Amino acid sequence: MNLLSTHNLSRKFGGITAVDNISFVIPTGQVRALIGPNGAGKTTFVSMLSGRIAATEGQVFFDGIDVTKEPAHLRIRAGMAYTFQITSIYGRLSVFENVALAVRWQTIGDENETKRRVEDALAEVGISDRATQLAGDLSYGHQRLLEIAMGLCQRPKLLILDEPTQGLADSEINQFIRLISNLRGVMTILLIEHNIDVVMRSADAITVLNNGKVLAEGSPKEIHENAAVQAAYLGTS
Amino acid sequence: MSELKKSWLLHLGIVALLFVLQFVLPSYHHASMARIMVLTCYAMGYNILFGYTGLLSLGHALFFAAGMYGLSLSMQHLEWLAGPALIIGLLSGVVVSLTIGLLLLRTTGVAFMIVTLMFSQAGYLTVLYFGEFTRGDEGLVIQQELRSIAGIDLSDPTSRYFAALLLMTICIIVSLRVVQAGFGRVLVAIRENNERTRMLGYDIQRHKLSAIVLSGTMSAAAGACYCLLFGYAGATFASVQYSIFPLLWVLLGGAGTVLGPFVGTLFMFYLIDLSSGLTTAYMLIAGFSLVMLTLFAPQGLVGEIRRRGLRWLP
Ligand SMILES: Nc1ncnc2c1ncn2[C@@H]1O[C@H](COP(=O)(O)OP(=O)(O)OP(=O)(O)O)[C@@H](O)[C@H]1O
Ligand SMILES: [Mg+2]
Repeated sequence: MNLLSTHNLSRKFGGITAVDNISFVIPTGQVRALIGPNGAGKTTFVSMLSGRIAATEGQVFFDGIDVTKEPAHLRIRAGMAYTFQITSIYGRLSVFENVALAVRWQTIGDENETKRRVEDALAEVGISDRATQLAGDLSYGHQRLLEIAMGLCQRPKLLILDEPTQGLADSEINQFIRLISNLRGVMTILLIEHNIDVVMRSADAITVLNNGKVLAEGSPKEIHENAAVQAAYLGTS
Repeated sequence: MSELKKSWLLHLGIVALLFVLQFVLPSYHHASMARIMVLTCYAMGYNILFGYTGLLSLGHALFFAAGMYGLSLSMQHLEWLAGPALIIGLLSGVVVSLTIGLLLLRTTGVAFMIVTLMFSQAGYLTVLYFGEFTRGDEGLVIQQELRSIAGIDLSDPTSRYFAALLLMTICIIVSLRVVQAGFGRVLVAIRENNERTRMLGYDIQRHKLSAIVLSGTMSAAAGACYCLLFGYAGATFASVQYSIFPLLWVLLGGAGTVLGPFVGTLFMFYLIDLSSGLTTAYMLIAGFSLVMLTLFAPQGLVGEIRRRGLRWLP
């Protein structure tokens, strides 16, 4: 059973085709990494999945339904969670409130449940002790972790993470890898990641994008040994 | 004591204080206070949109005037009683804000400001155009004997004061409830980071529209009550000046605080009142104080108090 699939999905920005005719599937429960050089179209691609930007052509199917025309907030409510590559949090609100906003539409009015869910999420990413601080006062790494907490507290079917480990310290990266393995089986994960070590240690399967197209797809081992990938990506990074 | 309890105690305490003041204020200040309380409701309505949702309107006089003329025209020309006319005033606010709101949803940023300004200007010109009914700048005077609800004469200073206090209490309670509820928190989230809020699963357009209607209706309630309590409706209240006032009051008092609109309206009213007693160049003094405040308390008076310690202030 596939949780998400796309059919000939494309996105043009003026003259450039950022995403070019991608057909793609993720089976339910998989941890899928999406890699590729800068400007390959990774962010644009996942933005179309979540509805953050509209597709120029093609379709997106989520949980058996064509969601291509659905606005982003309905896709989120249908079970996608999206985290931003460029940290996007509420800097002038408390860390607690940042996460609470993410779950309130699920806990509707039950503030005890909200509190429990927020505390769980903060504990999962390891920033429980920061709950009352203003999010804008957190270090960059902690803001990245908060961004992840805001996604995973929604208990989505599909968690989309856009370069979550960018700017994290080594110990935090290890913790992140543990977090992903804890979430395995709980939710399907689509992970954009530049850190090859993280990819190799956490992904079940890898899709490589280059120039808006799928260059290769396979298990970590297959991708590692793929000559085209070496040339396009691994060799240059 | 929980923050929730503290904020209710504080706000209801202020209502109680105003209640007691009724018995001690000299008659000039007594009358001013009634006016300030009604105008505060206008500012509170404005604050819902500007302070909490982060949408800057330059045309709220349209909503204030919708309430004012909804009430006065139905009393003057349809010979309705004050009670039903008040409801018409409120409904005018709902209809106008809903209509304008639906159009406003297509705009953001500067375009939003321009469109609100444009519509309120159109409203002002409409009031002048139908001078036969509205008597334009000259305005409509509501006869004293008509200004009563359920046998209470609202032109009497004491009952007028209490009516104004009642309206303000309702607006405070509505504001507090909104701010504490999930709805108000989403409005703040929209103000702080629109894109993030959308990607957390909230329907931005629906929330913005609700905020516009709530804000417009509160402003209309203030307009209708102003007309009822002071017996006059004039085109000035639909002019740009009256769109700028609530912005100033809210900025001075503290945007995005429940008490800010009251403090700002009170402050500005007396600032102009006192300085006009000193010199004919009173706007200079008023303007100077405003500049000083924006320099030294950019978050407004209540905003500054919140920043300096009372972080729980809603
Ligand atoms: N809003 C936009 N307007 C115009 N061009 C854009 C826009 N967003 C992305 N692009 C272009 O589309 C291409 C793909 O960009 P995208 O951000 O999807 O790449 P990416 O794979 O996420 O890169 P990175 O690893 O640097 O994050 C790039 O050439 C980029 O310049
Ligand atoms: Mg990217």
